[in-house]
Amino acid sequence: MTQTSTPSTRLDTDDFLVVENLTVEFPTPDGPVRAVNDLSYSVGMGETLGIVGESGSGKSVSSMAVLGLHDMQRTKITGSIRVGGTEVIGLDESGMRKIRGNSAAMIFQDALAALHPFYRVGAQLAEAYVVHHPSASKRDARRRAIEMLDRVGIPQPDKRVDDFPHQFSGGMRQRAMIAMGLINDPSLLIADEPTTALDVTVQAQILDLLQDLQREFNSAVIIITHDLGVVAEMADEVLVMYAGRCVEYGACKELLTHPEMPYTWGLLSSIPDVSADTDARLIPIPGNPPSLLDPPSGCSFHPRCAHTDKVPGALCATTLPELLPGGRGASHLKRCHLANPDEIFARDVLAEIAPDLVEETP
Amino acid sequence: MTERDATRDELVPEEQTTLEPEPVLVPEVPSFDKLAEQSHTASELDLSRGSVLEVDNLKMYFPVKSGGLIRRKIGDVQAVDGISFEVPHGGSLGLVGESGCGKSTTGRLITRLYTPTGGRILFEDKDMAEMSNRELKPMRRQVQMIFQDPYTSLNPRHTVGSIIGAPLEVHNIVPKDKILPRVQELLEVVGLNPEHYNRYPNEFSGGQRQRIGIARALTLNPKLLVADEPVSALDVSIQAQVINLLQDIQKEFDVAFLFIAHDLAVVRHFCPEIAVMYLGKIVEIGDRDSIYSNAHHPYTQALLSAVPDIKQASIGGRRERIRLQGDVPSPINPPSGCRFRTRCPIAQEICAKHEPPLLQIGKRHKVACHFPGPIGHHPDTPVTAPLLGTDAYGSPDPGATPSPAITNKPGYDDTWFDLDAKTLGRA
Repeated sequence: MTQTSTPSTRLDTDDFLVVENLTVEFPTPDGPVRAVNDLSYSVGMGETLGIVGESGSGKSVSSMAVLGLHDMQRTKITGSIRVGGTEVIGLDESGMRKIRGNSAAMIFQDALAALHPFYRVGAQLAEAYVVHHPSASKRDARRRAIEMLDRVGIPQPDKRVDDFPHQFSGGMRQRAMIAMGLINDPSLLIADEPTTALDVTVQAQILDLLQDLQREFNSAVIIITHDLGVVAEMADEVLVMYAGRCVEYGACKELLTHPEMPYTWGLLSSIPDVSADTDARLIPIPGNPPSLLDPPSGCSFHPRCAHTDKVPGALCATTLPELLPGGRGASHLKRCHLANPDEIFARDVLAEIAPDLVEETP
Repeated sequence: MTERDATRDELVPEEQTTLEPEPVLVPEVPSFDKLAEQSHTASELDLSRGSVLEVDNLKMYFPVKSGGLIRRKIGDVQAVDGISFEVPHGGSLGLVGESGCGKSTTGRLITRLYTPTGGRILFEDKDMAEMSNRELKPMRRQVQMIFQDPYTSLNPRHTVGSIIGAPLEVHNIVPKDKILPRVQELLEVVGLNPEHYNRYPNEFSGGQRQRIGIARALTLNPKLLVADEPVSALDVSIQAQVINLLQDIQKEFDVAFLFIAHDLAVVRHFCPEIAVMYLGKIVEIGDRDSIYSNAHHPYTQALLSAVPDIKQASIGGRRERIRLQGDVPSPINPPSGCRFRTRCPIAQEICAKHEPPLLQIGKRHKVACHFPGPIGHHPDTPVTAPLLGTDAYGSPDPGATPSPAITNKPGYDDTWFDLDAKTLGRA
């Protein structure tokens, strides 16, 4: 156990986005808030990373740091973020602008708030194109905007290009946002809760679209969400965040079928499933997320953890567990003191939340 | 009541001294087994006690006015168009559908925040649809509402105590000095510290605020709670807390719920019976098994197949799903015949000509489709044609007469239409 908390085995030179030991701190009148703490992950071309966690766990803050969207004067960012080999932390605004919207783009949650209400959809799309293609004429940009609207499945794109955002429905606005994000063929796309405000049928359409586009452009995608169902269907790898730290990281299938951290268990047990056994219980995570102004000592999840009694002594309250491989291979990392989490999950947790699955697991 | 109040005054100082040394930020966490014991499994259906609410052919049309000086009425938004259902005593009915299908309007009609255009709302056999405000006041004690957004549904300038106590004051139920004890009792019921009655909503987190909203709805001991998306604004980990609390309340106070939500999984857990709405109409209604494992309407099937499934993780990739094209049509000018036909994968000629009746096809299962059947096994000819007195293409058939079996009434019959035999009768 001489490894540091950096998952060095995972870092691959081919990865398009490499985040190492990222820490983001905001000064507030009540003291500094460390919204992201020692976070490391990487995403390769054509891969999808799902980041899961509650509000305030640092999901959005960490990915906004990738695009340099924080106020550089006030925010303290340390660590390293490399987008396609370029170090982003400390990069000046003009250098940042070359990356933003060009090789890395972001889709925001609330499309109505993210689109400008005074400008036509087509004009907003064309602007994103012209900024990164200075030699393009207005007509080229407009043609490109129509092409992108068509690509994301908006009917009659040559007419709708002159609509204002309020004339679009919720699903169409989200499509327009995706079109804007993809207009410069970015290699990295960060989707921050892309479907949270949408109906399930529209959500399915948008997720299909994202997946088709990823296949076509072979881009790296980060999906930030709190919906484990979305993660299960979209992501190759999953990172679970709690109170600014990564608490579990691994391949999607591995992590969701054999989670090793009580917080992930809590997330799984607190959402009902459309196909679950009706004898399955809905077990909430007690309490509320901690304040980052005054984070709990030791493991930040211990005040809400129902399994601290299985760890000897007061280890949970005193010592922060390292992010280390658990009992299931080097690529599945967890931050927890429990010695035999897989056993506890299969024996205690699964029996309550999915009684129908217990017999299947050996 | 009086006994408790007499002892309270003496108890207050003592309580405060014992409460003070308790650290506020470290909540006591029960062990996992205990936690699991306190949580609930999916709610069960109890039919023995009849219904508390019957909704019969309820309609709500909102007028659309033209622009300009003389604002003529140029049409109607048919937000709710002839829906019928029952809510059992102490039970719960789930109402699901996409945004704009009229589920929230239905909730607001039942609490009579809107006056319906037509139809009846029978609450314990009294029709609320036509009542005046004066007649309604005593009824409002019986039907209360929990709102979606805990941030906008609480007045930021009122203390929690006055928010929860307001219904008691309005309805003049208890003398002024008895309001506070009742408020504290309610705070305890919903799992908040009763000492916090003097705080303002901004001092609470989202989940705690929703608890305050629930306490306010419980103040008058209602028989029916209309919960309009009660958990969709909350964090995942908090949603389960609130759902468990609502299940506790249902058991303890015997309240019936009309549970409006778009999250199909949450509705499945909370409601033994579910109605699926599309563009102002109920397209399918039935018990949990009929809807979730044996859906016969193509819209319900599409809706269910669109839900992302965690179990998919063990298989990898995305689930095969029915893809619905486009958006919900405008309710101002809904499609003729079946309202779902413009997006329906199995629509035929008859669907444009006749609206499918809500036909009972099982003990507790009704579906409004000309071609009802499990996925991939929809019949080739419309089963409803003989009942409507038409041929398979929807043209009038001179030899046939419309069947009297087609009604739009709440509740279920003892006889129903058997899909295999294509006749009415018991299964």
